Amino acid sequence: MASLKEFWHRLGSPRWFYQISGLWLKLFGVLALLLLVTGSVWGLAFAPPDYQQGNSFRIMYVHVPTAIVSQSAYLVMGVAGIVLLVWRMKLADMVLATIVPFGMSMTVLALVTGAIWGKPTWGAWWVWDARTTSMLVLLFLYFGIYALRQSIPARESAGRACAVLAVVGMINIPIIKYSVDWWLTLHQPATFTLTQAPSMPAVMWLPLAINVLGIYCLFGANLLSRLRLEILRREAGTQWVRDLVARGAP
Amino acid sequence: MSFDSWSEFFAMGGHGFYVWLSYVLSLAVVLGNVLATGNSRRRYLREQRDLQLRNDKRA
Repeated sequence: MASLKEFWHRLGSPRWFYQISGLWLKLFGVLALLLLVTGSVWGLAFAPPDYQQGNSFRIMYVHVPTAIVSQSAYLVMGVAGIVLLVWRMKLADMVLATIVPFGMSMTVLALVTGAIWGKPTWGAWWVWDARTTSMLVLLFLYFGIYALRQSIPARESAGRACAVLAVVGMINIPIIKYSVDWWLTLHQPATFTLTQAPSMPAVMWLPLAINVLGIYCLFGANLLSRLRLEILRREAGTQWVRDLVARGAP
Repeated sequence: MSFDSWSEFFAMGGHGFYVWLSYVLSLAVVLGNVLATGNSRRRYLREQRDLQLRNDKRA
């Protein structure tokens, strides 16, 4: 317990975080590359075609992981928002600021690959149903948080305003998740659930599971590398950053 | 292998356009995220180093 408390306190030190995160960044980066290549090649070439959808179902291997991670990124941002509002931790504000581009790009990707999958499967690029509409709301939340930060010049008030919006917007995440159960929808239900075995054979769901893990590793690596840059920016005046820059920053 | 030939692999049973477009766009977004982050880090470090060198000279 004592070490957990110590860890929490140390998170308050950007310098400490910068020093420990270099190794994590490499680890996540290598894992992401290995997993995403394996999962995508397997999904594209080796998984058997779907008995109803033929080969178009292979879009699932990019669509599902990006859709999942776009929501997880939002949740991390919401939690960072709570931590910022309650404990005023510097690092939480940096997470809030640096996660937006990744989360936004993954939401766009999920919507676009969904549209591309929808065309051969539903016969339409877009339908206004619960799942697609709530994902569009997620995209607008990311846009809103991005615009809010740009529009407030004072960093501290910008951080707090973004935190409030991020926390309030978390209500959308369960709506996305349960949208396929609560409303009549074209969108197929969840591929993975915690309580039931997947309804697909292992050769079909394993590559998906690998790509989901891979995209989480990519998320971790990307968040860490953006955070590390943000730390260098905000601590630019300090001696340790000056030393690091002079050494060529490993 | 779920396909008998390369041409079958590229055709994806008539859904080639949709499948390959999805994968190409995904690759582009993933690479874009990775490269953008690396680039801005390199640019920032270069700027800071130049700034420090200039300040040291003046001092």
